[in-house]
Amino acid sequence: MAKLKTAIVLGATCAGCDVAILDLNEKIFEVDDLCEFVFWPTAMDFKIDDLLALEDGEVDIGIYHGAIRTSEDLEMAEILRKKAKVVVAFGACANFGGIPSLDNLPYDQSLFDLVYEQVPSMDNPQGTVPLEIIELKSGDELTLPKMLKDAGALNSVIDVDYYVPGCPPMVPLIEKVVDVLKKFSETGTLPPKGTVIAGEGTLCEECGREKPEQISYHAFFSPQETKKIDPDKCLIPQGIICMGPATRSGCGALCTKMNVGCRGCMGPTVKVKDHGLKMISALTSLLEVDTEEGMTEEQLEKIVQRIPDPLGTFYRFTYGSSLISKLHSDKEDK
Amino acid sequence: MTSTMQRSHKEIKNTNPKIIMFLCRWCSGKGADLAGTSRLQYPPNVLPIMVNCSSRIDPQLVIEAFLEGADGVLITGCHLGDCHYKTGNYKAYKRMTILSKLLEQIGVNPKRFRLEWISATEAAKFAKITTEMVEDLKYLEPYRKGGKR
Ligand code: SF4
Ligand code: SF4
Ligand code: SF4
Repeated sequence: MAKLKTAIVLGATCAGCDVAILDLNEKIFEVDDLCEFVFWPTAMDFKIDDLLALEDGEVDIGIYHGAIRTSEDLEMAEILRKKAKVVVAFGACANFGGIPSLDNLPYDQSLFDLVYEQVPSMDNPQGTVPLEIIELKSGDELTLPKMLKDAGALNSVIDVDYYVPGCPPMVPLIEKVVDVLKKFSETGTLPPKGTVIAGEGTLCEECGREKPEQISYHAFFSPQETKKIDPDKCLIPQGIICMGPATRSGCGALCTKMNVGCRGCMGPTVKVKDHGLKMISALTSLLEVDTEEGMTEEQLEKIVQRIPDPLGTFYRFTYGSSLISKLHSDKEDK
Repeated sequence: MTSTMQRSHKEIKNTNPKIIMFLCRWCSGKGADLAGTSRLQYPPNVLPIMVNCSSRIDPQLVIEAFLEGADGVLITGCHLGDCHYKTGNYKAYKRMTILSKLLEQIGVNPKRFRLEWISATEAAKFAKITTEMVEDLKYLEPYRKGGKR
């Protein structure tokens, strides 16, 4: 049987998604039996010309990880779409914009200055800052790809066939992908377009922690602030923010098993339109339910101030494709 | 006084801002009724939506209101301690406080989103707040976030 021609293309990625593939351990031999890599620059010496030299539609499986952040990411995504019969968005960045999309906030020069000039650890007497073009002494120019206005998910620029969420996708999910590829290579059949290769329900269903009948909790804590976390009980009543109720299952509750609240890297479930808004709604209904009556606005305010950064907390991986990001504006006059 | 003076230097950018106003049935809704029956003047820019309780308003509804063309969203409920369901407005307060912080992070002008307590007798407050918010929004560009007006 002919091997599946496979291309793995990188966008704005940390390459953790590549490492995750290698984490398959001995299952990687199955990947090698199934796939012939025609492009995977992280693992082998490939240049863009190798991808361009292929016929349109010649690649059987195109995997893309990382967000669309620069003009090059966009170009690579478009080339992949042309060359590949099937395109898979791999990892939270390609699925939802991921962490790079947190950069879509209103641009503020002072933040840039802080990072490149003012932080105490910065020693930059010449005031060197990142540039898209520099001119060399020889007169030649060196250029970097342009930053797009916003970072987004793969499906904001090309048609995507399958989704594998997670930051990075976990080994059990990648094993599922291998099984899908195996079936494809043997029978020529693929799952319905748009399938998300992950669980269907919420993380809470997968997390073995015991959930009390009525959940109420007092104030939020960072795990390092609490004395002791009960390893068997749901984290929310213990005051630890956990995105489990709105997050898609499939990771095997990796974080909650380690006493760390879920940060939502699998993205929202199908029923949830906006990951963060759902969580804000859920968490505020439970916060201080048995004690809120009689509190003053100041007291309530103090409690919610314990979440200093709602955006980073509730949209760590999904801001780029969230509903609220459509409201994102450059600062208006106040 | 100062604020009107400051305003007079700025130009009107939106002559007819649209505000979606959520009212709870028990207090704010009654306050709005009273404003009507007392023939108080208030601007016609406010589109009221009655719900049973301010806690009924999911943050998603606020965002969707903006995406459907609202220039501003005003949520009103009973004063703390007066909620018909005892603590619905406490939940609304926590929820909307986090939401307004979130909106500020993504660059939404705080004048576009307000939470106010209006009791059944506070018809004057209803008229004052709606007037104030409409006036404020006149000095901001039409929002047009969902491409709608
Ligand atoms: S999904 Fe996570 S591991 Fe993959 S590229 Fe993005 S940040 Fe890195
Ligand atoms: S710890 Fe998190 S994932 Fe587990 S049951 Fe509680 S909320 Fe759900
Ligand atoms: S528990 Fe949450 S953050 Fe952790 S791996 Fe699973 S989905 Fe991702």
